[in-house]
Amino acid sequence: MSLLQITDLSLSIHAYEILKRVNLTIAPGEIVAVTGESGSGKSMTALAVMQLLPGGARASGSIQLDGQEILTLPEAQMCALRGAAVGMVFQEPMTALNPVKTIGDQVMETILIHEAMTPDRAEERAREVLTRVGLPPDRFPLSRYPHELSGGQRQRVVIAMAIALRPKLLIADEPTTALDVTTQAQILDLLKGLVQEYGMGMLMITHDLAVVADMADHITVMRHGEVVEAAPTQRLLTGMSHPYTRMLFAASDHRVTLPAPPPPAPLLKVSDVVRDYALPRTRLFARPGHHRAVDHVSFTLNRGERLGLVGESGCGKSTLTRAILGLEPVQSGEIRLAGQPVFDGKRANPEIRRRMQVVFQDPYGSFNPRHRVDRLVTEPFHLLDTPPTGSERSDRIAEMLTAVGLSPDDAGKYIHEFSGGQRQRIAIARALIIRPQLILFDEAVSALDVSVRAQILDLLAQLCSEYDLTYLFISHDLSVVRTITDRVLVMQSGRIVEQGDTEQVFSDPAHPYTRALIAAAPQLPETGARQA
Amino acid sequence: MLRYSLKRALSLTISLAIASLVIFAVIEIAPGDPASFMLGVNAQPDTLAALRTELGLDQSKAERYVSWVTGMLRGDFGTSYTYRTPVSQMIADRLWVSLPLALYALALSTAIALPAGIYAAARRGKPGDLAVMGATQLGVAVPNFWFAMMLVLIFAINLRWFNAGGFAGWDKGLVAGLHSLTLPAIALALPQAAILARVMRSALLDILGEDFMRTARAKGLTRRQALWRHGLRNALIPVLTIIGLQFSFLLAGSIIIEQVFYLPGLGRLVFQAISARDLIVVESVVMLLVFAVITVNFLVDLAYAAVDPRLRSRT
Repeated sequence: MSLLQITDLSLSIHAYEILKRVNLTIAPGEIVAVTGESGSGKSMTALAVMQLLPGGARASGSIQLDGQEILTLPEAQMCALRGAAVGMVFQEPMTALNPVKTIGDQVMETILIHEAMTPDRAEERAREVLTRVGLPPDRFPLSRYPHELSGGQRQRVVIAMAIALRPKLLIADEPTTALDVTTQAQILDLLKGLVQEYGMGMLMITHDLAVVADMADHITVMRHGEVVEAAPTQRLLTGMSHPYTRMLFAASDHRVTLPAPPPPAPLLKVSDVVRDYALPRTRLFARPGHHRAVDHVSFTLNRGERLGLVGESGCGKSTLTRAILGLEPVQSGEIRLAGQPVFDGKRANPEIRRRMQVVFQDPYGSFNPRHRVDRLVTEPFHLLDTPPTGSERSDRIAEMLTAVGLSPDDAGKYIHEFSGGQRQRIAIARALIIRPQLILFDEAVSALDVSVRAQILDLLAQLCSEYDLTYLFISHDLSVVRTITDRVLVMQSGRIVEQGDTEQVFSDPAHPYTRALIAAAPQLPETGARQA
Repeated sequence: MLRYSLKRALSLTISLAIASLVIFAVIEIAPGDPASFMLGVNAQPDTLAALRTELGLDQSKAERYVSWVTGMLRGDFGTSYTYRTPVSQMIADRLWVSLPLALYALALSTAIALPAGIYAAARRGKPGDLAVMGATQLGVAVPNFWFAMMLVLIFAINLRWFNAGGFAGWDKGLVAGLHSLTLPAIALALPQAAILARVMRSALLDILGEDFMRTARAKGLTRRQALWRHGLRNALIPVLTIIGLQFSFLLAGSIIIEQVFYLPGLGRLVFQAISARDLIVVESVVMLLVFAVITVNFLVDLAYAAVDPRLRSRT
């Protein structure tokens, strides 16, 4: 008998149809992955099982957990089920824990609300569970607060809360999306081990097809609230009967062809750069210590070259990016663009600043919602001494919007009228409009769905041949960096540990850290889509 | 936690020192002669000279500052020029009315506002929420002296439960004292409670949207349990900030209410001293109020750290 049986589940929130007749089955000990792009309804499916849907949601069909119908279950009984029979792990470990309670209290709470026992006994159980998820109390006392732990450690606490009572079903909603690749590999291992050890069923929601292919016994692909294809993992990977599935897998592994770079001529020279941050004083009159975010970094970026910068969170990539933009002073070494320093002692060198532009990760947060697209796109004009006006200005706007695949008519619209991918196109238009010598892409495609990401990568490749772009592409996503750069820098703890031609570094990594990174990144298996 | 407290205490001391310098500078060093300002334009030269000696204006500015500050540290605030009594005595008398009144009003306002805010947040968009929000809208809009007059009209004149004004004095006993402060405290508390309830509600609503509240529900807590166990403490930081600001206001800003109820409080003392150009009293009361405000901020800082562990470790 199946553990979870979802039959013809439809869901609407107010007038919007979110899910349309979704069917899904999970057996004990089985990992079922639900995948799809944003808006596919995969998270809503998970929340429907927990009955934690947003206000105004109406569900029909049937969700049976261990033979018990959930959709008609009264809230009081649902509370008894949540945390005991079904555990849930969320995407964002940084905010999923209450910041003002200790991790011990939070794990004990799950146990105490469901089972009558003394606090001492509950604490004992909490210790066992935390040890099981890799946080032994002798190294991570129960009195720790969430802010004293890293993202991966916090996710372990969330997992401990979810499995404390050995639920029959564990729901994991993008459990590793916010984590670094090496941490992701550890958390996925932990989840897999727990499923085997406890015989739980697991419903895993993720957009990452490489993770899906690696983890799941059974894959369900969703789009616009509908299941388009569902099959055991091996059969799905080799068969792929639905075109959307094929498109999804092809886009995840999208490769572009960059035009050959021109002969090397240095544009950006970073020489022996050190960036320290002062730490708070530990004693009143003691000299404050410092944290070295960038540690003697040197590299050269040639004109027309596409350079990648990879590394995990906290490795110093963002600090280095800010230093290159001249937004921060460096403690030693220097950064020169076309022979001139980027930082003139007090602020960014304006002469140099207008030759660099940046595209950020978040297509939603990086635009002022009250400005129209023409104003947003022409923002970099303030860096120029004589910004174009009148028809010259509107010509430039039209040219740029066309170049990034939008229409010149879009100039009069507001940013909320565009999708995430279109916004990222506008961000690229904004960066290109003053024809900078160097563009920095700071995780510029990380927040996008795979199909949109593939389009943006195509756009970049096309712009490379049209505008001779030189860029520094900063990302944690190795597969993207592999296809969109000529050369790559690998950064760890503030140092560049390896650099070289991208293909060379990826196929034959020299440094142990690079090898660990590449090994930890989940790989898409050879699929029917690739062969097709 | 200890280091955090010490640091806050150090910053409190520095703030006080700077405040004393500024008050001294504004009142004593500002252009014009304080003695002739106090006596007015028609003063006799010999009266003026006598006052100058009494104020110590024949000494250097530094000497005057030092003797003012050391005097205050010893509890000697000088002698009021108009009333010819020690300022410390005058302040102490008034403080015995103003401080209990402020605390009484604050206690009332908190007791009304927190439950109202929590109630409204838990029923967002439902009739209960709308009723609370409507009432607070009214409370914010209506000035406290109007409340004061209505309270007098209803409870003093019609029902005769309270006196219309005046202060019985603490020598008649705690109950009698509190009884005569009740109407003024309510009048002061209502608008403050309205503001505080709105802050409590919106802080709690912000917290209810946080990821960890969803985690709490996924553990099996009911909506209400999640709100009490995980929501409330996180929502307290903005509420504490407002409570601190309100106390400072209640202590010094109740002059109109003191006037309506004819209470011998600090607000009226400052008002009278300014009207009589009694700079010695003004200077001392202002310094005292600054001291009170800074001390309250210090206490609020300590309360922050008690509520939020992240502040403790940040030193």
